[in-house]
Amino acid sequence: MTDEIFNPFVLPFLAGVAFLLIFSVWKYWRWIRGFDKLQRTVIRKNIFSWRFLPAIWESVREGLLHWRITKKNLLLGYMHRSLAFGWFLLIVVGFFQAMFAFPEGHHFWMAIFFNYFEPSHDISYPHAEFMANLMDVLLIYVLSGLLLAMFKKVWSRPMGMKRTTRHTLMDRVAKLALWCIFPLRLLSEAATSALYGNGGFMTRGLGNFLAEIGIADPTFALSCWTLYSIALGLFFCLMPFTRYMHIFTEIFLIFFRQLGVTDGDKKTGYTMFELSACSRCGICIDGCPMNRELGIVNMQGVYMLQSIRNLELQKNAESLAENCMMCDRCVADCPVNIDLSVIRRQVRIRSKADIDTHDGYGYLKNVQPFNAMSRVVYFGGCMTHLTPAISAAMERIFAAAGQKYWYMDKEESICCGRPLLQQGFENQAFELRRKNTEMIVGSKATMLVTSCPICFQSFTKEYKLPIPVMHHTQYIDMLLREGRLKVRHDDRRVAYHDPCELGRGCGVFDEPRRVLEATTTLLRTDEEREHSLCCGFNMGNPLLNLEQQTLVRNAARDNLMACNPDTIATACPMCKKAFAHADNVPVKDIAEIVAANII
Amino acid sequence: MKSISIIGAGPAGIEAATVLASQGITVHLFERTASPMKNVADKAFLFPNFAPATDIVEAMGKKLLNNNIVQHLDTDIVAIARQDGGWKLSDARGESHYTDIVIMATGYEPFDAHRKEELGYGIYSGVITSLEMEKMIRYQRVENSMGERPKRVVFLQCVGSRDEKSGNHYCSKVCCVTAVKQAIELKRQLPDVDAYIFYMDLRMWGQHFEELYRSSQQEYGVRFVRGRISEASGTFDGRVQIKAEDTLMGLPLKLTTDLLVLMVGMEASQGTRRLGSACGICGEYGFAQSVDPHLRDNFTAADGVFVCGACKRPMSINDVVNDGRSAALAVLECLGH
Repeated sequence: MTDEIFNPFVLPFLAGVAFLLIFSVWKYWRWIRGFDKLQRTVIRKNIFSWRFLPAIWESVREGLLHWRITKKNLLLGYMHRSLAFGWFLLIVVGFFQAMFAFPEGHHFWMAIFFNYFEPSHDISYPHAEFMANLMDVLLIYVLSGLLLAMFKKVWSRPMGMKRTTRHTLMDRVAKLALWCIFPLRLLSEAATSALYGNGGFMTRGLGNFLAEIGIADPTFALSCWTLYSIALGLFFCLMPFTRYMHIFTEIFLIFFRQLGVTDGDKKTGYTMFELSACSRCGICIDGCPMNRELGIVNMQGVYMLQSIRNLELQKNAESLAENCMMCDRCVADCPVNIDLSVIRRQVRIRSKADIDTHDGYGYLKNVQPFNAMSRVVYFGGCMTHLTPAISAAMERIFAAAGQKYWYMDKEESICCGRPLLQQGFENQAFELRRKNTEMIVGSKATMLVTSCPICFQSFTKEYKLPIPVMHHTQYIDMLLREGRLKVRHDDRRVAYHDPCELGRGCGVFDEPRRVLEATTTLLRTDEEREHSLCCGFNMGNPLLNLEQQTLVRNAARDNLMACNPDTIATACPMCKKAFAHADNVPVKDIAEIVAANII
Repeated sequence: MKSISIIGAGPAGIEAATVLASQGITVHLFERTASPMKNVADKAFLFPNFAPATDIVEAMGKKLLNNNIVQHLDTDIVAIARQDGGWKLSDARGESHYTDIVIMATGYEPFDAHRKEELGYGIYSGVITSLEMEKMIRYQRVENSMGERPKRVVFLQCVGSRDEKSGNHYCSKVCCVTAVKQAIELKRQLPDVDAYIFYMDLRMWGQHFEELYRSSQQEYGVRFVRGRISEASGTFDGRVQIKAEDTLMGLPLKLTTDLLVLMVGMEASQGTRRLGSACGICGEYGFAQSVDPHLRDNFTAADGVFVCGACKRPMSINDVVNDGRSAALAVLECLGH
């Protein structure tokens, strides 16, 4: 019994831990200081509220258990969970094991390299056998995840991923270090076990094997432990510069988000947390219509975040940010729920900050508010002007419900500003929002109804209106429920296309379906609700040509046509136009279907 | 003796039948509708010389009196298939007709203006197509949606032609001059009406077209605005308000009009698409494809199938008639005459 408590081989590990600790604390402190005023207020207000506990729980659930990934694919979830949760348990259980074994107290590295330090102390302590076996089980758990990760590298399809991410050199070195850690741990423990007979069932088994083939000597064991320590140290040193930073960042991000922090149009410290919380899993690549239909695989969320994060690639970020339809499919798919579209828009805004187009807004002065006291304001939107059947249907519905309304943009139409904002023209969009707000507030109306999901998202998220805002599908649903509008059920079989801005954008999935079920037979399609496909003709991407838009559209149309409908229904003038250009099946807005079925 | 069938009794089909019949050859002429010359029958006057369309219909009708022409009216040929070295034609009633040689003269269809929803066709009654305008002129009943004499009429060119979004990149060739012709006829009937023509560019390619264009401005005061109309909306008094850009002035403009006339382009007819793809000669935009546009424009890759007229591409009536003759000559050449 020498009671050894230190060996120089632990130094690389210690150096790694120290570096990681100092570096992450410095980084996180800087980012938290970078939160803007609103974000700080939100945190201060909510940290001592009921939101605190759920925030902690959500952080644990996602950071350790990877719940959302598991929901996407069981194997993929298992892989992430075994590595994260398994490693976590190895550390925690290892700590208890050391506590039992060294009752007089111990240094923390003695828990990490327990099997090395154990034989020099008294091996007979309470639950020794049980703890050793438990540690082996946990190691098997982690190793099984590692095997899956290697398997995924070769063949990712069974893990629910058609494509995996291209990683940078640094990421690959870090991954190599990570992959070495657990096999080296097993080997080191087995080599020590070959000499002293400690460890659990697996460690001892492998140790006996090593003894049999004659490599059971202290030098071999020590070099294994050294390598293990180097692998750990290397991984910790690389962590802050690679995707593995997500392991800790994710937990903070989820915590802040649960407290109610959101991202705005400017890059803040919170954005930095989002950037680093991306594990580059590449789930955003699979669902992206740019990948699925056009084979473009360089602009998805994972690559955009990488290019913003990496100083050398920042020039790239601007062009990558432009090439996106902003359909939010990746936002729905992202296991960490990073707000990819908002971050993309930040880049667009930064790249266009110097463009001045203020001269063109003189016409706003000539538009006068109208007194619409106790009426509903109807805002068709620019796109609805190109699909007059929708606004005509809405006018009939208002009349049938006996609702007085003011068609605000019938004559002089002002854009809601969102198309400009999505393209990064922040100041210009602000001008339009100011004028529209003045008109709507000045009208003293009771409610705003719009036919265009883009305007709807803008009015609900970018405006601060004192009156309720509804998309016309919600409004019609309300009229039907209140009995102010009576409709008949016809024998049409309808496939409904969820517009991106209405569905994923604003979470309006049920109201359109309720209205359609009241008037027609609504069919199910393969990819609907959060997974609905973009029609390709939205205004998010200025770089696509008509041919590419058509390919994206065709995929969405095929998804709808697969259930063999008589009519395609949608709730967005742009989607309507996209599909109307395509096929011989009639394409109707929900408002048109309702207007035709009014009793 | 080889049997010959012509599908489509428009100007092209009738002209081809006439030439062959005059050589003592029996031809079977199939027509989907109950009477021949359906597309021309509703026209008022034909450019460039304002010949009454009825004259042409009558003259073509007389040609059909030839005994060698066997007419099959109301017989919609829906399928064509190779059989025993010849072709089997099946009509909508399920009857089959066997023939050695086929001349496809299945023609065009006007573009469905409902597809340009932003122009409000089918939504606002003041929005009509050029075909409806032609009828109004022919029966001298040019009225707005309230049944009154219009004060202003706006023609819009290139509806469904040269339009990426509706999928037709090609020029329909006849609409430019048709709008000029209709505007002149309109001014002759209602001299105090304001007539506007919105265009991208005016293609006055034929004989006398340029003169027609000039006189429409100088003698009739028709106004030309370069720019497309982006959207149309209804006004409370049943008129139509249009938004457009005058691209020569560089200014957006709004205009209220009694009638908005959409100059709809030509698309391959259903028959052209169906039969063309059945015998493997379906070309761009569903039009039938000839072997060579210069030297063998009536021959096709399908053995014994000839094409003529607007089933190949947009054509004016005089071109179509000539092409019918040319197809007949191609058939005679093939028969060894």
